[in-house]
Amino acid sequence: MSGNIQLLNDTLAAARNEERAALVAYLPAGFPTVDVGIEAVKAAFDGGADVVEVGLPHSDPVLDGPVIQTADDIALRGGVRIADVMRTVREAHAATGKPVLVMTYWNPIDRYGVERFTSELAEAGGAGCILPDLPVEEAGLWREHAEKHGLATVFVVAPSSKDARLAKITAAGSGFVYAASLMGVTGTRESVGEQAQDLVRRTRATTALPVCVGLGVSNPAQAAEVAAFADGVIVGSAFVKRMLDAPDDGAAVAAVRELAGELARGVRGKS
Amino acid sequence: MSSDYFIPDPEGQVPNTEGYFGAFGGKFIPEALVAAVDEVAVEYEKAKSDPAFASELNGLMVDYTGRPSALTEVSRFAEHAGGARVFLKREDLNHTGSHKINNVLGQALLTKRMGKTRVIAETGAGQHGVATATACALFGLQCTIYMGEIDTQRQALNVARMRMLGAEVVAVKSGSRTLKDAINEAFRDWVANVDRTHYLFGTVAGPHPFPAMVRDFHRVIGVEARRQILERAGRLPDAAVACVGGGSNAIGLFHAFIPDAGVRLVGCEPAGHGIETGEHAATLTAGEPGILHGSRSYVLQDDEGQITEPYSISAGLDYPGVGPEHSYLKDSGRGEYRAVTDDAAMQALRLLSRTEGIIPAIESAHALAGALEVGRELGKDGLILVNLSGRGDKDMDTAARYFGLYDTDARVEADASADNGAAEIQGDAK
Repeated sequence: MSGNIQLLNDTLAAARNEERAALVAYLPAGFPTVDVGIEAVKAAFDGGADVVEVGLPHSDPVLDGPVIQTADDIALRGGVRIADVMRTVREAHAATGKPVLVMTYWNPIDRYGVERFTSELAEAGGAGCILPDLPVEEAGLWREHAEKHGLATVFVVAPSSKDARLAKITAAGSGFVYAASLMGVTGTRESVGEQAQDLVRRTRATTALPVCVGLGVSNPAQAAEVAAFADGVIVGSAFVKRMLDAPDDGAAVAAVRELAGELARGVRGKS
Repeated sequence: MSSDYFIPDPEGQVPNTEGYFGAFGGKFIPEALVAAVDEVAVEYEKAKSDPAFASELNGLMVDYTGRPSALTEVSRFAEHAGGARVFLKREDLNHTGSHKINNVLGQALLTKRMGKTRVIAETGAGQHGVATATACALFGLQCTIYMGEIDTQRQALNVARMRMLGAEVVAVKSGSRTLKDAINEAFRDWVANVDRTHYLFGTVAGPHPFPAMVRDFHRVIGVEARRQILERAGRLPDAAVACVGGGSNAIGLFHAFIPDAGVRLVGCEPAGHGIETGEHAATLTAGEPGILHGSRSYVLQDDEGQITEPYSISAGLDYPGVGPEHSYLKDSGRGEYRAVTDDAAMQALRLLSRTEGIIPAIESAHALAGALEVGRELGKDGLILVNLSGRGDKDMDTAARYFGLYDTDARVEADASADNGAAEIQGDAK
């Protein structure tokens, strides 16, 4: 069974045809529980997200700030397993027909087995994977299996990436390119720096893939600002923070739907 | 002064250009760090072939560190090692009290060459943190040290030393609140501040070029010791023994002996409360290959790649990873790795103190306990070289609690002011 890379491509193309940026939401699997996490992903789509990245919680999330670290801790203490991540992808995709990706550090896949992971993700209806600590030089085995199973390989580029390196990375990637708006870990920020716009411009010079911007975007005004120069806006910590602040599971899911709605207006330039 | 103390690997067979020692090593880092890590690699290659760099580093090793470090025969201690002769390589006598200064001075000079003004580092026992804070004071660099909260408690003396030297010490409260989490937090800092900051990594792990570069800065340990023991004992040792957390002092001792097939290279990992209890940090003994902190090596992890929490009475060995060259030496059979419990290490610590008047660090005491075992295996004709990687002053509170050395009043007072972490250690140790 092939994965849903085509659905991802079509979804991003549709947003582009509407002359707007796509909204990409990030939510960790198993947070606060597997079932509520699945409801949260559905709520993000319901509120207006075009794509959702499901996080595979990790014991050592070196690229994440305190908000996602806290969510990962809660999920891992709750005993979340890779099977739960796959179930989250399967149920969220089945219920919405929308593209769902997984975002994970490399070691869990390395340990689980690349063929096993990619075949299960494709079977669950996944569209691809974002692998923030797997540099392009080490990604050969992954790409081979991802391609075989119809899964996108989304690479991250950073403001520090030189132009020649951007070309090398984007040539190896598929689906879209994840442009980190700043040098830092995940978390909400007051403003999205001008580094982001420069990075998007330099990245686009190397590829026809959509370029989505993540790190630090938390509100509709920032989403609108980024949407003016990027193909997509990626929001993670702001969703997780609203869930952490919610008094109960129902309120947490409702908060995700509400924020997705606000951000969906933002990416349409309606903050 | 013609002696050389900066002696990078002249053979240079491992790692390869991608940073692999056989199946281990590599560079598993986020894109945001690629440029900075590449800069370190390029700058280190340039420095290696620059006589001015070698000259400056050699000068510091002599005048500041106090190299060469002594080789001490410990015959009263050796009576407990099956009668084998035992020599200690006295890295504890270096300035700042451990081998860590060898690497720190090299990387501090590199920091200056790169034009960076700020240094960050992780520390477990505080030895690397103290050495780094020291070099930053010497060179006028801004310094931030990340240390797990549990370690700031059990190594409070070293926290005070770092602050005295002008460093900022950040107690890391995430995860297991030990060395692994300090490294995570240092990586987060580095990603955000990489323009002006060098991550002065303290062991032979991490992404390429750190495992090879840190090894090169510590190669002096084995090169000196090999020459010294040939002079003193007239032959090469049967075994070179060192403790292994990340593995920097061990690779420093072992490396010059790798071509000497008759010299066993024995790494002593922390077995904590015993491998069978699951409360240990014996990565090579009980781990599986995986990726942690930028390279492929043995890792303590579960069946889905989550890193498991390590445990050791020794803060400096309490780490679920190990340098990739050790994984390579293990799998090739050139290195042998055994696990030493908390109790065996603490007994060896007391034994060396009382037979020789040398108080070792708890880390180094793991090597001493391993040497006692190896000596009994070799018998009276054996000749053993042990790396005494650090001195034990920093561990006196842990040792005093373990052995009950405080007067009752002092103990009550100490317990009252003690944090939970130290109290747990005491409870666990008994």
